[in-house]
Amino acid sequence: MSMHEQPTSFAFTPEYLAKANIIIARYPQGRQQSAVMPLLDLAQRQEGWVSTAAIETIAAMLDMAPIRVQEVATFYTMYNHQPMGKHHVQVCTNICCQLTGSDGIVDSLKFALGVEFGDTSKDGLFTLSEVECLGACANAPMMQIDDDYYEDLTPESARAIIDAFRQGQTPKPGPQNGRINSAPEGGPTTLTTLSFSSEKA
Amino acid sequence: MPKLTIDGREIEVEAGTTIIQAAELLGIEIPRFCYHERLAIAGNCRMCLVEVEKMPKPVASCAMPINEGMVVKTNTPTVKNARQGVMEFLLLNHPLDCPICDQGGECDLQDQAMAYGKDHSRCDEQKRAVDKKNFGPLIETAMTRCIQCTRCVRFANEIAGAPELGALGRGEHMEITTYLNQALDSELSGNLIDLCPVGALTNKPASFTYRSWELKSTESVDAMDALGSAIRIDTRGNQVIRILPRVNDDVNEEWLSDRSRFACDGLSLQRLDKPYVRRDGKLAATTWSDALSVLAAKVKSSMTGRMAFIAGDHSDAETLVAAKDLAAAMGTTHLDCRQDGAALEAGLRASYLFNSTIAGIEHADALLIVGSNPRIEAAVFNARVRKRWLTGKLKVAVIGPKVDLTYKYEWLGDNPSILADIAAGTHPFAATLKAAANPALILGQGAVARTDGSAVLGLARKVADTTGMVKDGWNGFNVLHTAASRVGALDLGFVPGTGGKNVAEIVAAAGKGELDVLFLLGADEIDISGLGSTFVVYIGSHGDFGAHRADVVLPGAAYTEKNATFVNTEGRVQRTRLATFPPGEAKEDWKVVAAVAEALGKALPYTTLSQVRERLSAVNPVFAQIDMVAPASWGTFGQDGSVLPQPLTSTIKTFYAVDPISRSSKTMAQCQAAFGEDQCQRKTGTHG
Ligand code: SF4
Ligand code: FES
Ligand code: FES
Repeated sequence: MSMHEQPTSFAFTPEYLAKANIIIARYPQGRQQSAVMPLLDLAQRQEGWVSTAAIETIAAMLDMAPIRVQEVATFYTMYNHQPMGKHHVQVCTNICCQLTGSDGIVDSLKFALGVEFGDTSKDGLFTLSEVECLGACANAPMMQIDDDYYEDLTPESARAIIDAFRQGQTPKPGPQNGRINSAPEGGPTTLTTLSFSSEKA
Repeated sequence: MPKLTIDGREIEVEAGTTIIQAAELLGIEIPRFCYHERLAIAGNCRMCLVEVEKMPKPVASCAMPINEGMVVKTNTPTVKNARQGVMEFLLLNHPLDCPICDQGGECDLQDQAMAYGKDHSRCDEQKRAVDKKNFGPLIETAMTRCIQCTRCVRFANEIAGAPELGALGRGEHMEITTYLNQALDSELSGNLIDLCPVGALTNKPASFTYRSWELKSTESVDAMDALGSAIRIDTRGNQVIRILPRVNDDVNEEWLSDRSRFACDGLSLQRLDKPYVRRDGKLAATTWSDALSVLAAKVKSSMTGRMAFIAGDHSDAETLVAAKDLAAAMGTTHLDCRQDGAALEAGLRASYLFNSTIAGIEHADALLIVGSNPRIEAAVFNARVRKRWLTGKLKVAVIGPKVDLTYKYEWLGDNPSILADIAAGTHPFAATLKAAANPALILGQGAVARTDGSAVLGLARKVADTTGMVKDGWNGFNVLHTAASRVGALDLGFVPGTGGKNVAEIVAAAGKGELDVLFLLGADEIDISGLGSTFVVYIGSHGDFGAHRADVVLPGAAYTEKNATFVNTEGRVQRTRLATFPPGEAKEDWKVVAAVAEALGKALPYTTLSQVRERLSAVNPVFAQIDMVAPASWGTFGQDGSVLPQPLTSTIKTFYAVDPISRSSKTMAQCQAAFGEDQCQRKTGTHG
């Protein structure tokens, strides 16, 4: 584990604390530890990453040893252990995405952001990560930005999405090539007599 | 009880038994790394694969409970193949640096690779390398060797109650580490070294100083606390290289405290290896005959009755009986073994024994700890309390220091008067004790080593009486001793005789010039500076406080250097065995006492070890019963009287420095530097 500069303290904001308490209350007395993952997630949503101080705060809230919380936090790759840019760009380079051109997406993102994997752009807006399959292979190549999937990318559309975020907009998630969800590109090839509701519109 | 067949042999076992346990009962050996009978089952190494009929794949026998009619095979080609596969994976990232690994020669991985390893590797990828981790001054780490069995993590969590170890990351990137790479703060950390099946965790103080096959092992008994843990002393030549625990389910299971394990370098430091005599204010080395004649001259010029004996915490029974006989021959009744001033009385055995027995604490369901911090006074025993507490069947309350004991307890306060309330039934915990099937209390030396110790003792007895702690088949009144010598000394009546002075009175008399000669049998914990101009004779192993004040120093043997008898806190008579010889001209202590007696013209009537031991049994028949604990009969003891409001504390502050051996040990000094001088200050954690 590489250690980064750690804040000396962490506290949930009142809003996040309220959410945390609702989650903790879901579990029976003595089983509060079950709330560890959602609490880590809340901490990450608040700060962008999970610091040692956050781990210790959560450990105290759930009556756990800090190392137990750290084990969970390091097991799941979705928890970040270093300060992050405002947006987390995770680009898939696993097999389906690679076959459909993720190399080009990666190049385009690196160029647009001026960073390598694992780095944060100078303006502090983006951190770029390489990830394994995110389960959206049918719409490969794809990337995840924060909580949303952007699919059926081209180097150009990937670039455009970044530009939109830079301007403070949130581009529409999902396929970027006009496709509806995971429906066949260019229209149905089987069950052609079925019609999709949105096609009527 | 379900029946199953393993390798064609049928066996009936209790439901819930796992296959590996059932196989063990049949004497069928199944290789394992992560499985350990005293730890929770992890089932993560897969070395224990066996074939079970009707199951599609080999199963991990350590994690598979048996079923009626199961047919298990442990020696088929499939099993061998499967295990070879597991071994190949384990070795993928293992550095194979056995020639420079301290575990070499006693490594499970090495041994099992002999049976299941391939003679070559099919892997040409890079092996992973993992940074060393900081486990503190006692444990050396080489984490590249780790096979992630998680035994160490489970031990720290479950047994030691120090949840500071964990496995971070996952898959190939998983690393075992302490929280934030801080030293592991536990009195039981050394056991990780024994548990680690590979050379990832090894003995740091002894690093690179031995190869396991060069060592000679002697089975003995520990004397660094009053538990009498079973140990194995590994020596090379006349040097103790390391001390390891042996299994003794009645006492230490298979654990050992860090002081018992790692203070062994103190056995060769600060040693008294020649007699010394003070001349012109300075101690000068001399010969035995000179030292003894100086001593004899002094004694002859002194008056009867102006001589006293104080026994230290490491005195063995042979020495004590010899000293007691010498005192009687010299006509003095000033003798005492209670350096700390504990108000325990000799005579009624139940009044100073750990009556429930150490293992018996696993039957207790309510426990009151009084004036003790068992975590540092008897670390291995404390793990036993924790074990019982983890089952959820033990309620613990403490009157005394509020410290982290590794289990949760109700802190009742530290005023001894709470005991009176419990005895009177007015305190709520009295009801808890009364409602318990097997209530128990632990009385630490901190409760009785006070001016009102006798009254506290009396109150504790009343608590035992009024809450039903003493009944048929159960006696929950427990005195937890800290000195290995204490119970044996009380058994021998090494306490002031008629008109005799106790330790405090002896020291006071010495200060006032009312004593001519004072014999210290390894007694270093008394107020040495208050001895005035009394002629002090120190018989012991180390140049500690006592020897520095002495006028004559007679070198004795440490517990690893003699065949000696100790009685543990339960009243279990056990014998140490000589592993190395005493250094230089030092001799076994009872022989020193015998030589003194002879020089004084009062030769003792025994000259051989077996004769001394006969004398021991004659003085108290318990000494004839080796390694047994007989229930002691109950009675009335302690005094009525009011107790002082002074808070009850533990008599030990620094776990790592309690006696001459640990004070001499460099390793123990490093531990103090790392963990501080006061182990009682440890915060009461939330973990548990
Ligand atoms: S350090 Fe040793 S005991 Fe701990 S997980 Fe690794 S191999 Fe197992
Ligand atoms: S391979 Fe990229 S989402 Fe599955
Ligand atoms: S011993 Fe069974 S899986 Fe490790």
